[in-house]
Amino acid sequence: MTTFLQQLVNGLSLGSIYALIALGYTMVYGVLRLINFAHGDVYMVGAYAGYYLSRKLKGDEPSLVGALVVMLGAMLVCAVLGVIIERFAYRPVRRAARLTLLITAIGVSLFIENGAQLVFGPDPKFFPSLAPRADFIVGGVRLTSEQLTVIAVSFLLMVLLRFFILKTRTGKAMRAVSFNLDAAKLMGISTDRIIAITFGLGSALAAAAGVLIGMQIPKIDPLMGIIYGLKAFVAAVLGGIGNVPGAVLGGLLIGTSEVMVVGYLSSTYRDAIAFGILILVLLLRPQGILGRTHKEKV
Amino acid sequence: MRALVRSVVLVAVLVLLNALLVGKLVPGVSISPYFLQILNLAGINIILAVSLNLINGFTGQFSIGHAGFMAIGAYVSAFLSITFGESIRSAFSFAPATVQDSVLLLVVLAAGAIAAAIAGFLVGVPSLRLRGDYLAIVTLGFGEIIRVFILNIDAVGGARGLGGMPRLANFFWIYLFAAATVAMVTRIVNSSFGRTLIAIREDEIAAEAMGVNTTRHKVLSFVVSSAMAGVAGGLFAHYLMYLHTNSFTFIKSFEIIIMIVIGGLGSITGSVLGAVLYIVLTEGLREFAQYRMVLFSLLLVVIMIVRPGGILGHRELWTFFRRRRAAEAPAPPAVPG
Repeated sequence: MTTFLQQLVNGLSLGSIYALIALGYTMVYGVLRLINFAHGDVYMVGAYAGYYLSRKLKGDEPSLVGALVVMLGAMLVCAVLGVIIERFAYRPVRRAARLTLLITAIGVSLFIENGAQLVFGPDPKFFPSLAPRADFIVGGVRLTSEQLTVIAVSFLLMVLLRFFILKTRTGKAMRAVSFNLDAAKLMGISTDRIIAITFGLGSALAAAAGVLIGMQIPKIDPLMGIIYGLKAFVAAVLGGIGNVPGAVLGGLLIGTSEVMVVGYLSSTYRDAIAFGILILVLLLRPQGILGRTHKEKV
Repeated sequence: MRALVRSVVLVAVLVLLNALLVGKLVPGVSISPYFLQILNLAGINIILAVSLNLINGFTGQFSIGHAGFMAIGAYVSAFLSITFGESIRSAFSFAPATVQDSVLLLVVLAAGAIAAAIAGFLVGVPSLRLRGDYLAIVTLGFGEIIRVFILNIDAVGGARGLGGMPRLANFFWIYLFAAATVAMVTRIVNSSFGRTLIAIREDEIAAEAMGVNTTRHKVLSFVVSSAMAGVAGGLFAHYLMYLHTNSFTFIKSFEIIIMIVIGGLGSITGSVLGAVLYIVLTEGLREFAQYRMVLFSLLLVVIMIVRPGGILGHRELWTFFRRRRAAEAPAPPAVPG
């Protein structure tokens, strides 16, 4: 039982990371109907931004303020990156066929991955510890401070995001765009601006996930975004793509099931499990757990 | 009759070329092993690109798991030629060694193709009910699952890789199969079945309204395409004589996609061109190896923005010459919206 609880905690903390990345996928899909393949790579850039920022700030002891600065800095860097990607790669092909958009996204993803290998070097780097760490043992279950931080920060960000989407004017506009882009435009919403904001927000969340994973598993490399990105995408589909609470639910489910498979079966299948889930979801409930079906009209 | 004559001519030309390239035809004249290897890998890429174009370019179903089917063909055929190679050879012990090699290669390639086709069927049936983006991710996922499973089968070496198969494939066989792939895809596309595939690409709902069983057609073209990828894998295995699952990651699938996108989605000559261009650029830019993929990915984005159908689009290479001769030739079909 203790083992199970321990695995559950590990799973939830990994799942929160997936959930943060999945939010970006789901938001972009909501407004553009595009699977932003480059999203996983934005997450990787976020981790590297955190790495370089914390190196810059080095000298003082790991502190909470430092960690906060690093995280906000990385989020800012990635928000800008997300907006740039949208402006220069996706906007020119937005009106083209879906296939064109998809290939462009794959191209951007490959570009960031290979560009990162050039800029950051292909070898893994070790993420410095940002905050003072401590372990708590509750009923035989070990909770590391990193895990607690990951869960707390992701939860906080998700609450903030929900507030933003439901309570602000921009959030309302975002919902309108995701409901119907053309109608939103007719109502005087600057859709270009809303789409840019969506990319910026999603990328900032991915950057937060990048810094958080750096704290938890302190090894970062330029290709780390691929597999995390894919799993987060699966999480978004599992929850119902385009659905914000669904992405969180999907992320937690994927993270937990992955940790359980590694814990009870074999670690070699850890990357296969997410795809297995994806295939099952697409066969049994393609709209996802919380998603709605859309009738295709001619 | 014409087809027969053509095939005989093709085989004769390939035999002669093969002999020439390895220096057996004209003493003292041969090509360096490095260039021969590039040439042969280009041939394998042609098979992969043309077969992927059948599903991506002509049927309009975006699959990014082609490397997985290549891996199945490669591993099945390699495993067979290692395990049963001697018994197949001894069954033909009356024939000369070349014949034994050829029979063995054909048998294992056929087995690899069938295995890849079965895998293609199993993957295709559930995933081809999905559209566009989902299909892309599912095929990517299946490609990775195939790879992970092979990695976990100890009988084919697992993480150690698989070696010990004889070098059965050479220039002759690779280009024979490349030519066969091009011929088959051309004939498929120009048949009523192929027209149906193009109809599905242009508008799936309209095709369905016209009475096309879209799923059946999509699955069939997927199975054919996978079988061809399996042949390419088998040739790859028996040319390089060593297999590792790292050769079949989704990076490989992306490479094949880059080839067909550069050349033109829905253009057979385009994919041949793309495959050759890709390998020429890869080898030519070897000094700038670290910038290579950056360049290719940038090229992919720029082509999508500037010329969404690839360099040739849906047209074949010769239509450019034909158009010059007759200015009033019928306009090529528009790029689908």
